[in-house]
Amino acid sequence: MSMLIQNGRVIDPANNIDDTLDILVEDGKIAEVGKGLSAKADEVIDAGGKLVTPGLVDIHVHLRDPGLEYKEDIVSGARSAAAGGFTSVACMPNTKPVIDNQAVVSYIIEKANKEGSANVFPIGTITKGSKGETLAEMGELKEAGCVGFSDDGGPVTDGEVMRRALEYARPFKTTIISHAEDLSIVAGGVMNDGPVAAELGLKGIPWVAEDAMTARDVMLAEFTGGRLHIAHISTRGSVDIIRQAKKRGVNVTAEATPHHFSLTEEAVRGYNTNAKMNPPLRSQEDMDAVRAGLADGTIDAIATDHAPHHVDEKNVEFAIAMNGIVGLETALPLTLKLVDDGVLSLNDAIAKLTSGPCQALGIERGTLSVGAVADIAIIDPDCEWTVVAADLVSKSKNTPFDNWKMKGAAVQTILAGKTVYNR
Amino acid sequence: MSESNTVILDHAGVKRALTRIAHEILEYNKGTENLALVGIRSGGAHLAEQIRARINDIEGVELPLGAVDITMYRDDLGSRGSLPVGKTDIPFALDDKKVILVDDVLFTGRTIRAAMDALMDFGRPNTIQLAVLIDRGHRELPIRSDYTGRNVPTSREEKVLVEFDTDNAPIEVHLAK
Amino acid sequence: MSFRHKHILGTENLSREDIELILETAESFKEINQRDIKKVPTLRGKTIINAFFEASTRTRLSFEIAGKRLSADTVNISGSTSSVVKGETLEDTAKNIEAMAPDIIVIRHGHSGAPHYLAERVDCSIVNAGDGTHEHPSQALLDLMTIKEFKGKFDGLKVAIIGDIAHSRVARSNLYAMTKLGMEVRFAGPGTMIPVGFEKHGAIVCDNIEEAISGADVVMMLRIQLERQANTLLPTLREYARFYGLNPEKLKLAKEDAIVMHPGPMNRGVEISTAVADGPQNVILDQVANGVAVRMALLYLVSGAEMVEE
Repeated sequence: MSMLIQNGRVIDPANNIDDTLDILVEDGKIAEVGKGLSAKADEVIDAGGKLVTPGLVDIHVHLRDPGLEYKEDIVSGARSAAAGGFTSVACMPNTKPVIDNQAVVSYIIEKANKEGSANVFPIGTITKGSKGETLAEMGELKEAGCVGFSDDGGPVTDGEVMRRALEYARPFKTTIISHAEDLSIVAGGVMNDGPVAAELGLKGIPWVAEDAMTARDVMLAEFTGGRLHIAHISTRGSVDIIRQAKKRGVNVTAEATPHHFSLTEEAVRGYNTNAKMNPPLRSQEDMDAVRAGLADGTIDAIATDHAPHHVDEKNVEFAIAMNGIVGLETALPLTLKLVDDGVLSLNDAIAKLTSGPCQALGIERGTLSVGAVADIAIIDPDCEWTVVAADLVSKSKNTPFDNWKMKGAAVQTILAGKTVYNR
Repeated sequence: MSESNTVILDHAGVKRALTRIAHEILEYNKGTENLALVGIRSGGAHLAEQIRARINDIEGVELPLGAVDITMYRDDLGSRGSLPVGKTDIPFALDDKKVILVDDVLFTGRTIRAAMDALMDFGRPNTIQLAVLIDRGHRELPIRSDYTGRNVPTSREEKVLVEFDTDNAPIEVHLAK
Repeated sequence: MSFRHKHILGTENLSREDIELILETAESFKEINQRDIKKVPTLRGKTIINAFFEASTRTRLSFEIAGKRLSADTVNISGSTSSVVKGETLEDTAKNIEAMAPDIIVIRHGHSGAPHYLAERVDCSIVNAGDGTHEHPSQALLDLMTIKEFKGKFDGLKVAIIGDIAHSRVARSNLYAMTKLGMEVRFAGPGTMIPVGFEKHGAIVCDNIEEAISGADVVMMLRIQLERQANTLLPTLREYARFYGLNPEKLKLAKEDAIVMHPGPMNRGVEISTAVADGPQNVILDQVANGVAVRMALLYLVSGAEMVEE
């Protein structure tokens, strides 16, 4: 089985490639990249006018499987990923049970391999049961396939536990992912603290809650020499802390979500529960800072924090609605919008969705190097479409981007040489 | 403005009608004892003042005067929406009074029904008599006027408008199509 | 002059003209409350459900009396909105109520935005009787009616609102309405009770009660929730009373003819001293009396509102 993708604009940031090239895929691997390839292939794809990029990689998704399959499962989540141009996702461990033992890791990987339309890389918990008390078996979990560790959904509150986690993970060359939030400062808040929260009479979460914890974890990484990745940064302060830390050589990376660089707290008006997430949508100033962080390389990756919730969990009073939104199917056009807005070059935008996240967690994907697994996205950057929440592939429809006009879409998603999605 | 507009009662006519009504009230009630005037806002209230002044001219007696706003007593809230609610002001006890209820135009009778309901909430008058400047017909309730300035045959679609000056004194009456 | 709001969700989405119409209508209705027969047939045949998901005595009583004096059938239901109590969702509750065809649902709810949530999901009119820490529009309107009775105007008046601004729906509804009417609104209270960024909504935030009260035409004291002292917002009620309570000495800083308001129920000796609460400048019972008239006006106006969705 072979495939020849012709005439596309190939963008492979890991190899500094941006050129009109052909790609030959054989046996699920990239066999050849070059101009005017004439090899015979079982399938020839004309990618003229399209972008040909490594399959996109989202290192922050919630697949809700096992245990919460009414929101999403590995099959539906992987299909949603494929529809968004993603061939790899790293799934967070706040499932039921949580991903803190080999059995759950194996279940996820096997189910993804058997049925899925995307690679699924589990992220294990930092602590047993995600309780923040004792370390999970990170060594064995890494062997089983975990690409990083996080108690996502909440922070590791105890400072010593976080310190020990960074120290313990260091020799295993794996990454600790921080959901940076000081819960004692959050104190029951439900949206960003500021004039909009004051007006709506909703309890605010000040930016301090994020900055304080980002600072603590960055300093612990500096002290321990451990590998740290800060998830979904949303504040000006966090961007600054990471920028300065990188200058000092701290081993830290960071990701930002499309909603934090596309929306502000204003979206909450009308008590829109699809604008309720954690960290919350912030001020215009914070959004601008996140964009600046993406532009100057402080933020390495764009990750969606794809968080499916059943309609019943959103169709309630704002204060008791669940946090989070689905993101896999809207991330690509929202990222391309940053190119239109002059924030990122097209190459950098693709890098934030491919090589950037892969390097952050050490995932061996995200390039079109010869010999690499042939995970490829073919993107029409000019495709104009309108988001219809009800038509999303994901089981859940909780998006604040319903009815948004988008530009850019994956038209074909190829996983290990096989087409898993066609627009 | 409507397509056609004719004066059906001129200024002199209005004044004569009000004077005649004042005389009829006094004649029928054999004087002013226990009489009181209550005008329906807004036109009827203005006319009630005129009638009071005429009765004062004739008898030298200042009758008690009140005004009733019937908005709260309307039966068409659903179809006509919330009209502005005016004040009802009846600064005397209605009990055992002979109340002359005054309105500008008598049409379906629903306004009068509402005004009578309002009056009953304020006390128990001995009698209620009705004085109107114009009776244009088309009654929907068994109500008739005791004192009428002029009967004017109209079609349902026409409008009868009593025009007042800035001092709330009546000028003339128009029929508009 | 027509009223276009099918729902009364807050003063934030009422215009100056809307507020003036409501107050004029309330003045007309106020006269009914002085009659021997305190009832008019205006809303005969209408059904009003007072759905109070949070404890309230006077607001519910006031709405109930308002509805009954307009001849509507009023029914009260109460319940808990604790997020811990699982069970029927607010939407299901509302749909069940609506299936019985009420014309107006008056709702008091512990969550900010609950009336807005209902307004999007049911066909009848929704009147907000207080939602979470968001708005309490009928309270602000009765405050304004009282201010107008005593001051005769709004433009240029200086109002000091003192206390727990952050958790006060009364403060928010008054702020939105008063700034539209040309009044100067000053807030003062413990630093823990001043919301972040409220200056952006036109309020002047003062560091102390003295600064806020100085030269004020109206001094409005908010009720302090006694349990706040347990959850890091206040050290003690004693200290609160000393720094933020209103007593005759502090009141002297206001204009000589200033009026003192309180949405009730008062904590005597905490936010307001008995000398002030019973003093000549208090208009607290006028507020309560005007509450019925304002609520009659609101029920009347939404009943006949031109059916234009907000």
